[in-house]
Amino acid sequence: MDELRNINIKIDGIEISVPQGSTVLQACEAAGVEIPRFCYHEKLSVAGNCRMCLVEMERAPKPIASCAMPASEGMVIKTSSEMVDKARKGVMEFLLINHPLDCPICDQGGECDLQDQALYFGKGETRFENSKRAVSDKNMGPLIKTTMTRCIHCTRCVRFANEVAGVEDLGATGRGENVEISTYLEKAVTSELSGNLVDLCPVGALTSKPYQFVARPWELTKTESVDVMDAIGSNIRIDSRDGKVLRILPKNNESINEEWISDKSRYAIDGLSKQRLDTPFIKIKNKLQKVSWDEAFEVINSKISKISSENCVGVVGNQVENEAIFAFKELFKKLNLNKILPFQKKLIFSNENRSNYLFNSKIKGLDKCDYLLLIGANPRVDSAILNARIRKNYIHRDLKISSISSQHFDLKFNYDYLGSDVKILNLILEGKNKISNDFKKANFPMIIIGDEVLQNDCSLDVQKVSISILKKFGGFNKKWNGFNILHNYASTVGAIDILSEYSDYNHSALKNDINNNLIKFVYLLNADDFDFDISSCFVIYQGHHGDKGAQLADVILPGAAYTEKDGSYTNLEGRLQYAQRATFPPGDAKEDWTILRALSEKLGKKLDFDNLLQLREKMFNSKKMLKFDENIYSSEPKIITKSDFKSSKLNYENKNFFMTCPISRCSSTMAECSQVKD
Amino acid sequence: MLQNKDKIFNNIFGFQSNKLSYALKRGDWDKTKKILSLDHDVIIEKIKNSGLRGRGGAGFSTGLKWSFMPKTLGERPHYLVVNADESEPGTCKDRDIIRHEPHKLIEGCLIASYAMRAHKCYIYIRGEFANEAKILQSAIDEAYENKLIGKNACKSGWDFDLYLHRGAGAYICGEETALLESLEGKKGQPRLKPPFPAGVGLYGCPTTVNNVESIAVVPTILRRGENWFSKLGKENNTGTKLFCISGHVNKPCNVEEEMGIPLRELIEKHAGGVIGGWNNLLAIIPGGSSTPMLPKQICDTITMDFDSLKNAGTGLGTAGVIVMDKTTDIVEAIVRLAFFYKHESCGQCTPCREGTGWMWRLLKKIASKDASPRDIDNLLELTKQVEGHTICALGDAAAWPIQGLFKNFRDEIEMGLKLKKIAAE
Amino acid sequence: MKKKQLKTDNYKLCNIDQVKVDEILDKYPSNRKASAVIPLLHYVQKKSNGWLPVPEIERVAEMLDMPYMKVYEVASFYTMFNLKPIGKKLLQLCHTTPCWLRGSDQIEKSIFDTLKIKDGETTPDNMFTLMKVECLGACVNAPILQINDDYYEDLDYKSTKQLLNKIKTKKNIKPGSVIGRKSSEPYDKNGNINVTK
Repeated sequence: MDELRNINIKIDGIEISVPQGSTVLQACEAAGVEIPRFCYHEKLSVAGNCRMCLVEMERAPKPIASCAMPASEGMVIKTSSEMVDKARKGVMEFLLINHPLDCPICDQGGECDLQDQALYFGKGETRFENSKRAVSDKNMGPLIKTTMTRCIHCTRCVRFANEVAGVEDLGATGRGENVEISTYLEKAVTSELSGNLVDLCPVGALTSKPYQFVARPWELTKTESVDVMDAIGSNIRIDSRDGKVLRILPKNNESINEEWISDKSRYAIDGLSKQRLDTPFIKIKNKLQKVSWDEAFEVINSKISKISSENCVGVVGNQVENEAIFAFKELFKKLNLNKILPFQKKLIFSNENRSNYLFNSKIKGLDKCDYLLLIGANPRVDSAILNARIRKNYIHRDLKISSISSQHFDLKFNYDYLGSDVKILNLILEGKNKISNDFKKANFPMIIIGDEVLQNDCSLDVQKVSISILKKFGGFNKKWNGFNILHNYASTVGAIDILSEYSDYNHSALKNDINNNLIKFVYLLNADDFDFDISSCFVIYQGHHGDKGAQLADVILPGAAYTEKDGSYTNLEGRLQYAQRATFPPGDAKEDWTILRALSEKLGKKLDFDNLLQLREKMFNSKKMLKFDENIYSSEPKIITKSDFKSSKLNYENKNFFMTCPISRCSSTMAECSQVKD
Repeated sequence: MLQNKDKIFNNIFGFQSNKLSYALKRGDWDKTKKILSLDHDVIIEKIKNSGLRGRGGAGFSTGLKWSFMPKTLGERPHYLVVNADESEPGTCKDRDIIRHEPHKLIEGCLIASYAMRAHKCYIYIRGEFANEAKILQSAIDEAYENKLIGKNACKSGWDFDLYLHRGAGAYICGEETALLESLEGKKGQPRLKPPFPAGVGLYGCPTTVNNVESIAVVPTILRRGENWFSKLGKENNTGTKLFCISGHVNKPCNVEEEMGIPLRELIEKHAGGVIGGWNNLLAIIPGGSSTPMLPKQICDTITMDFDSLKNAGTGLGTAGVIVMDKTTDIVEAIVRLAFFYKHESCGQCTPCREGTGWMWRLLKKIASKDASPRDIDNLLELTKQVEGHTICALGDAAAWPIQGLFKNFRDEIEMGLKLKKIAAE
Repeated sequence: MKKKQLKTDNYKLCNIDQVKVDEILDKYPSNRKASAVIPLLHYVQKKSNGWLPVPEIERVAEMLDMPYMKVYEVASFYTMFNLKPIGKKLLQLCHTTPCWLRGSDQIEKSIFDTLKIKDGETTPDNMFTLMKVECLGACVNAPILQINDDYYEDLDYKSTKQLLNKIKTKKNIKPGSVIGRKSSEPYDKNGNINVTK
């Protein structure tokens, strides 16, 4: 990076030094001087069109737009002069003349930039005698409700769509006072990130359709937490009222999701109140019957005592918090059972070294990366936020990207498609492919391996060659680790961390066992996405939704969804984050670790922790887990395999971004979104 | 009065053909190679010394503008872009240059591009000028065929390509950065400045945008010498200028005159005088629609140049002189301009998008006389709310004519409102 | 990014000459094809009866590798692009101040009296559409009426009527000043050309 000099600038008499390249607005912020703005957004290009941020610059005859003016040495800025005051009041009046006075029925009310700023800069009376502008509302799909009379034409939405989301269907048509924001021919916005448009809109022009007329912001209890819809662990704020989750918003975390979350993270929440398991059940004569916790535990007790260790398997689901996984493992340990499957699908990697299964470059590393090779990954579907981060580098720094995958996916950025045969990696390693040069030129090369590889028998071969390529072309050093596994589920890394030392049971071993009729007893911990047949087994399902697992269950133990429990999750980078409980689980349902703790007592194998703190203490004392430092890059991964590429063609798996877990499958909003995409 | 020998545009009315053979007879393309043998910066210096100020409205020194371009040709090519998006009400001079003196423009493009180290030049002509574009294109083709432009233009060793690009109906594209946006295939919305086009212009490359007239006079200036040009006109307002005289005159016309000619002389000598005589004059808009109007008593003595008009609170602009006699409903005349600016606002920034429409509506109300003096105060305040707060100068251009109207005719207008009220009662 | 499928439904795209298209594209750097959007829209509009149906806009977008919306934005921004059908002869009447001072209202009246159309209307026979437009940039020849590509200048009520009637009866008309003056010269009603000698 270039050495950045600092610039000295004076704002309202305050002398301040800011990095070169800062704008006047940024300098004002650094000086603690607040500048009103509508169109400016630090994650988007500068438009300079709202004119709310005008400030006075010494020796300039006119006020300047502080968001667009680069700060330069010796500048003298005034932000509270008469000139500035007049400019702001003038602009505010212009913004309001055509803005309807419908705040009482506007969902933005109470968290509206225009409303807030009108309080300071508004006139309090109107001089505008004409009719306000009529603008027809636009269809933007199932997530975004439009009230276009409220639009102030800041173009944040257009810029977000074009720059961040990579959707080029949004634009401003017409000109002058007839400019209208619209999607092309009013089609739905086809993006996994479209909900962010609602957050960006500084007024009530774009509001959340599922949330319309639901609540006022001041009625809501706000809980900061972590999302579990994919493996990156977006930071979120859960807004609830009367024990019900009403909406989810992104919480800023520059290292992970910046200011965005995916539509699934935001809008799947209506699934939280549908098909919930709110009481224990047992199956009698093929029919599920409500029972008490004790009765349910009793049934388990009677079964489990007759089962030998090799007949029993535990399966960890995709959205389970570390604490429950740990308690699950401890229970199995006490019962001398050692077959626990850390994830439900066939995913092949070696877990000796932690860097073997992490996203080692870190999400933030995507900003730094200067060459990216995707292998068997479709990040747009598997990890929409991460995909946006790749695109950010692509847009701002011209990141060169290549991909080996089953299909030429539309990832919202251009890349070099290298086909579906991973054998090409050998050529790259040997320097016989043009890609070798791209690697050679790069200082921060990255390889991202996705589940098309992990599910394929060539997985270890691919990983090994990838490591060799990175090693050859400088992909590992103290400051960089370019090897990355793209996980798709919130609990995968935590489960490997916790279970790898206890059990090396895996998917193919389970399939073998099932084929040999060895498995009689299955404990599903929130597992609903497995692909093996357990219909002849005795099945315990612990979880929150009546999904696939519950349908097969002989005993159902109702657990809590991610918004209903305190728990920690380890994201794909290996970063530990804490989710907070926002609401209580419904009915008799309980937090998952407490179910396991209670069950253990019933089985006469009492787990030795009585509260969450004790559990966590024990968990953190186990060796492998949970050290994370953003700035330290993990050591080189090591894979031992023959690498003979017995199979080498990647296979396509049809995925529906909107329905990947019991919660999203129950969400009617997600169902609507799926319809649009099809 | 300008003598014929000092006229640059001898065929401005098109009495002769616009073909190359006739242009050559009129002295175009005469020893162009010799001009191109001068150093780039020598040409820029000569243009600077001639005192030529931009003919598109702002009146900035053309030579100085050229000198802002990088002195060496780096990785990014340089571009000259000629602004032929003539759309300012009252202005129609570039149209005649293009129709009748296209070779002056083409030769000017070559020389100016050479001076600024540009190998490529685009002429952006307004879309409505379909026939003018055809004429200019065939003149360009002629120039190519005769190797005046293209590879090794005029055997000077300088490669030069000239392209004609048609707009599609947007006054705002006359603003230089909006023009560049439009040329890049986008909506014509002005860019934020800085950066300025000389640093980051067309396709992100160093670019200068000049008016047609500014470029078309360059070859003559260089042939006859910068001193010849600078001796014409007045100090700091040198040379000759094409004036467009429209409105209430007996013989509306375009005419080339010396800078600094008295307005009255300009109108009476060339345009047959004001209809009904000089005393029938009400007011004049001196430099295209955006310049505030002048009442008769100032018109009596004012001279037509940048500085004296600036001192009178208006501007020379494009030198589009709009004459209004005493039969004119002066408020309605400005209502039409207010509507024009509302119609041509690109809609990008708040004060212009919202302000131009509001100003027009309020002025229309005043024109209907169904208004109060309070409305006038409000309107004037609105003009101040728009002026200086917008991304480009269109906001200012919309505000000034209204300010000019009330500066000169407020008493009469208020009287009109009162009379209407009395009549109603 | 993936190419979108061009949706033409039942619309039949107009015939375009690829040579002409390439000629337009040649003017701009090959990585700046978007620059050709206005010239191409002009060209396609001319070929498709003076207006731009959606499939034509999308075709231009495909030719230039531009998102549909970007081309649509352009088509909606510039006044010369018609997003609705128009008559065979598009009458564009300037009504800005210089033309108004010289009687553009009378021209409007003359058009109404002759054709019975107002601003934005088309005659039932689809022959004429009237659009009131802003300054056409020929102010010393005011008032101006642009009919398709041609300017008719120095009009008044009577000459406008004659002009329109000639078009109706398919007689030849000559663009330019209708009072016989040469472009923007100072012209005496008596027919004396007044050029300062």
